[in-house]
Amino acid sequence: MKLSRRIKDLTATRLMMVATLMAFALMIIIGVVLAVKSEQILSGHSLWSLLGSSVWKPMKGEFGFLAFIAGTLAVTALAIVLALPPALLASIWLSEYAGERIRRLFAPVIDLLAGIPPVVYGVWGTLTLVPLISETIAPLFVDFSTGYSLLAGGVVLAIMVIPLMMGLFGELFASIPRDLREASLALGATRWETARRVVVRKALPGIVATVVLAISRAFGETIAVMMVCGNVADMPGSLFNPVYPLPALIANNYGEMMSMPDYESALMLAALILFVIIIAFNAISHAILHRLKQRIA
Amino acid sequence: MKRRITEIIMKGLMLLSVATIMMVLLYILYIVARRGLHSLSWEMVTSLPTGGYYLGKEGGIANAIVGSLMMIVAATLLSLIISLPTALCINFVMRRNGRLARSSRFMFDVLFGIPSIVYGAFGFLLMMWLGVQASLLGGTIAVALLIMPIMVRAIDEVAILVPSDLTEAVFSLGATRYEMLKVVVRQLRPGIVSATLLAVGRGIGDAATVLFTAGYTDSIPVTPYDPAATLPLAIFFQLSSPIEEVQNRAYAAALILTAMILVISFVVRALARYSRK
Repeated sequence: MKLSRRIKDLTATRLMMVATLMAFALMIIIGVVLAVKSEQILSGHSLWSLLGSSVWKPMKGEFGFLAFIAGTLAVTALAIVLALPPALLASIWLSEYAGERIRRLFAPVIDLLAGIPPVVYGVWGTLTLVPLISETIAPLFVDFSTGYSLLAGGVVLAIMVIPLMMGLFGELFASIPRDLREASLALGATRWETARRVVVRKALPGIVATVVLAISRAFGETIAVMMVCGNVADMPGSLFNPVYPLPALIANNYGEMMSMPDYESALMLAALILFVIIIAFNAISHAILHRLKQRIA
Repeated sequence: MKRRITEIIMKGLMLLSVATIMMVLLYILYIVARRGLHSLSWEMVTSLPTGGYYLGKEGGIANAIVGSLMMIVAATLLSLIISLPTALCINFVMRRNGRLARSSRFMFDVLFGIPSIVYGAFGFLLMMWLGVQASLLGGTIAVALLIMPIMVRAIDEVAILVPSDLTEAVFSLGATRYEMLKVVVRQLRPGIVSATLLAVGRGIGDAATVLFTAGYTDSIPVTPYDPAATLPLAIFFQLSSPIEEVQNRAYAAALILTAMILVISFVVRALARYSRK
């Protein structure tokens, strides 16, 4: 073999390994940098007092993250609860009931909607949803709400993740062999029974993976939620109270608080918490997926 | 009988879901378009903001449009340099379903899930460490970090489908691994294009990454060290203004951004269809 070919081959392979390792290193570096930056706040306060308290008074040196963590989880959970059933049902209808023409009409629309930037959903939320909640919905249940609330955040996020979910569900259901459905129908199952017992069951690992993706997306969404959720650091009590998710906390305060090392460090800890939750969440879902695949196969 | 009723009820629920989802989403587009179209003008796209722009006087957001475009082009190139070799490495250099490849995939899943605000904050720390102010360069780095895992995953999804027959055939002709990859890349080209455009769509619309890293300015950046305005931030800032005229322009800017992204995803779809033939 000519030497130049060998050299080219070796350099290319090495460079590729380096690129991959760099990407590997990126995750570790992000974790380490965030941890180092949060050290200041962690050395002054115990981790338990930071995570277990909901008192947020940076000027008095009290940094309790509980309300923010609870706010993030509440908004995300609400969004998924609102988004998953309709997205799943609509995708089943599109793949199992609707004709080829309707499917072809819908696919680009869903793609387009999945591409709309978050800030646009936020704009819509402030313009339509917030007044709707404060004037029409909230008065039915509580005395007063500004409309900037957990409910508004959850609904905006739900609407954002629905196209994402439907796009992936659509691909997933399309990949399930026709034979399986026909076998089920031939045995006398109704279409719904076929969809539920055959299609959804077979697609379950993919459905779980899609939901995981949607949760990650909702969990870290900053701008759209920040525009409608009110940003008040209270524990989420009712749907009509404002919440303050972690990403919004960072976005609102970071950059301005450089003069207060404790505050800056606390915001870095907020980023670290997001980072750790995402890792844990991915690890758990990978384990679940692994078991699901084994059970179905 | 009970089965018939279930069938009917479920079908009704499904139709209801489809109708609701479509109505809500189209309604969003309608609302933004209705308020935006009013203030949308050619001037807004082509001119820079003047002194009174933020008080509702004339001017445009050409600074943000150009800033966003410059940033996304640079960030996409930067991230492609890392993500293409990485995706190829996972599929063709490492053992395909070996432990190393699987743990790499897991890691990119995690990186994919990291919120954009964390990339923004990390990018900011990186800039402080390098001594760079909020600038086009800073924003580019943060956006590149955000879209890198998106690209790796998207390229990986098509690379995994390349049959091992192909690589073996190339090897059996006496090619080196580098030469084999050249063949594979040609095969993957449509997939790489759609991965890139997917990343562009996501990167150009994200506000949280550029919030601290890119700064904001009324002029078009000349050097990488100048601050750069971006469309998502232009929308966000204008919307927080108390003046209605300025708020309306936020909707117009949202419309411009949406239109840009829609064009991009149309291109993706067309390319995907074209490549299947």
